[in-house]
Amino acid sequence: MNYFWAFVVGGGICVIGQLLIDLTGLTPARILTGYVVAGVILSAVGWYAPLAEFAGCGATVPLLGFGHLLAKGVRTAIEEEGAIGILTGGLTAAAAGITTSLVCGVVCSWVGKSHDQN
Amino acid sequence: MAARRGDTLLFPTPPVVAAHAAIGGKKEGEGPLAACFDELSADNFFGQSNWEAAEKEMALRAARLCLKKAETTPDKVSLALAGDLQAQCTASSYALRELGIPFVGLFGACSTMAEALGLGAALCSAGMADGLLAMTSSHFCAAERQFRTPLSYGAVRTPTAQWTATAAGACLLRPAGEGVQLCAATFGRVQDYKIKDINNMGAAMAPAAAATLLHYLKDTGSAPADFDRIYTGDLGHVGSQLLRDLLAAEGLLLKNHVDCGCILYDAAEQTVKSGGSGPGCCASVLCGHILPRLEKGTQKRVLFIATGALMSQTTFLQKESIPAIAHLVELRSPQQKEENG
Amino acid sequence: MKMSAEEYGRRVRRVGPPSPLGRDCLWAFGVGGGICLLGEVLRGWYLTMGLDKELAGTLTSCTLVALSALLTTLGLYQKLAAKAGAGTLVPITGFANAVVSAAIEFKTEGRVLGTGAKMFIIAGPVIVYGTLAAVLYGSVYWLLQ
Repeated sequence: MNYFWAFVVGGGICVIGQLLIDLTGLTPARILTGYVVAGVILSAVGWYAPLAEFAGCGATVPLLGFGHLLAKGVRTAIEEEGAIGILTGGLTAAAAGITTSLVCGVVCSWVGKSHDQN
Repeated sequence: MAARRGDTLLFPTPPVVAAHAAIGGKKEGEGPLAACFDELSADNFFGQSNWEAAEKEMALRAARLCLKKAETTPDKVSLALAGDLQAQCTASSYALRELGIPFVGLFGACSTMAEALGLGAALCSAGMADGLLAMTSSHFCAAERQFRTPLSYGAVRTPTAQWTATAAGACLLRPAGEGVQLCAATFGRVQDYKIKDINNMGAAMAPAAAATLLHYLKDTGSAPADFDRIYTGDLGHVGSQLLRDLLAAEGLLLKNHVDCGCILYDAAEQTVKSGGSGPGCCASVLCGHILPRLEKGTQKRVLFIATGALMSQTTFLQKESIPAIAHLVELRSPQQKEENG
Repeated sequence: MKMSAEEYGRRVRRVGPPSPLGRDCLWAFGVGGGICLLGEVLRGWYLTMGLDKELAGTLTSCTLVALSALLTTLGLYQKLAAKAGAGTLVPITGFANAVVSAAIEFKTEGRVLGTGAKMFIIAGPVIVYGTLAAVLYGSVYWLLQ
């Protein structure tokens, strides 16, 4: 059942993105940015944690989950370390994903080559 | 001697296109006009290590081939008028670095070929140039990485978006002699119908094509039916429909209209959405498809209207609307020998 | 010309072919859901290896990012995205695709100002505004504590 809901919820979140692309003509960068900020807000009001509990990766893999991760990180850091957590919490929680992306980016640029879209 | 009527330059002793060459890339070689190209490269890198160098190499090959067909050499050419989409026109500039011909870089976005032909015809007609090279190019990959997103990025193309052609076209003009005649040229005025969607260039450019065509028809007192074909450059399917709508509102029925961006690719098969675009699109269709038909005499008199969208990445991000321009040249079949004698 | 810019704008909206909404959404749902399902499978696997929940989640993200980087380098992610649309854009793999594709694309402009700087052309705003939102939320959360 976990797998089923991960698929359905994850797919559903992507469909919302697709509707934004097709109906509003928003550019990818704007949609991604919007998703992350929306994730922070949804997590702040306490709606995202239950969804993540329910759908697992269906909620955490889309970029909404990235926003949730940032918000959760800030919350935990403030509870553990006080006000400084406002500044350290978000990126600390997201560090693994961002660092992997950046390292992969540099490594792939050594071996990869621009591909034609034909 | 040339005369001017309204916005239109008339050349009573018309300069001619003495030779022409069209070069295309992989997708162009898979399209309906594949047989029209002088040279097609399955490798869009054209043997180079980056896309900008690839476009320069393609433009250079087109120029050299054109000169070879005209049985001339760079030192016998008085001037080259060339342009492309790369920032600061670098594909043309770097190609002309190799050729050493006096060079004037032009920017009219996708309208550059008609701009070059119109200016070239005026210079030839005035006796200011003997052999004159008019050339434009575009490269899908170079344009994509400059204007849109990295090539390996999974961006979505909207149905109104056009596909920048990987192609180059070059024409050698002479003041007189054998070849398709350049009888008139109309330089367009900038039109802006408040289109802001960078993925719908056809819509931004259609009013420019309509305005220039209307100016030409008024200046010369002619009607669309006087021509075998009216070719526009790169409006695509969406823009072509809009051009016909705009002209219908003026009471003109355009039955003989063909858009270069619509015939270069098979839109149903080749995932090009609304059709081809880029300075190389209409230039290669002109050199590979339109000029040969005029030479054979299957068409006698055509209009070639190339349109360009004149925004930049910066003005787009500043939410400016897209201004557009269209330049027109009138082309006629070569003078028949018996008519001369 | 006789047609006004307003009338022309209306016509443009009518003439433009609509996106095939049903097909686009189906692809987005299938591929996007599939990527999340793959994540869930990976997470399950990490959990059975005895990792705690937090670590399993983090490793899942990292694995997906690495997979996306591989497919991007091979030029395959873009081919999938041409059909899947938001299905490949919205998952974390889309974020990795944005970083890696730019890193590869602009390497011709050098390692520092090409790859290093331009990696962020799409992904940068995501990090910037995500962080900003988190800081704002954190400030409010701290004040209300």
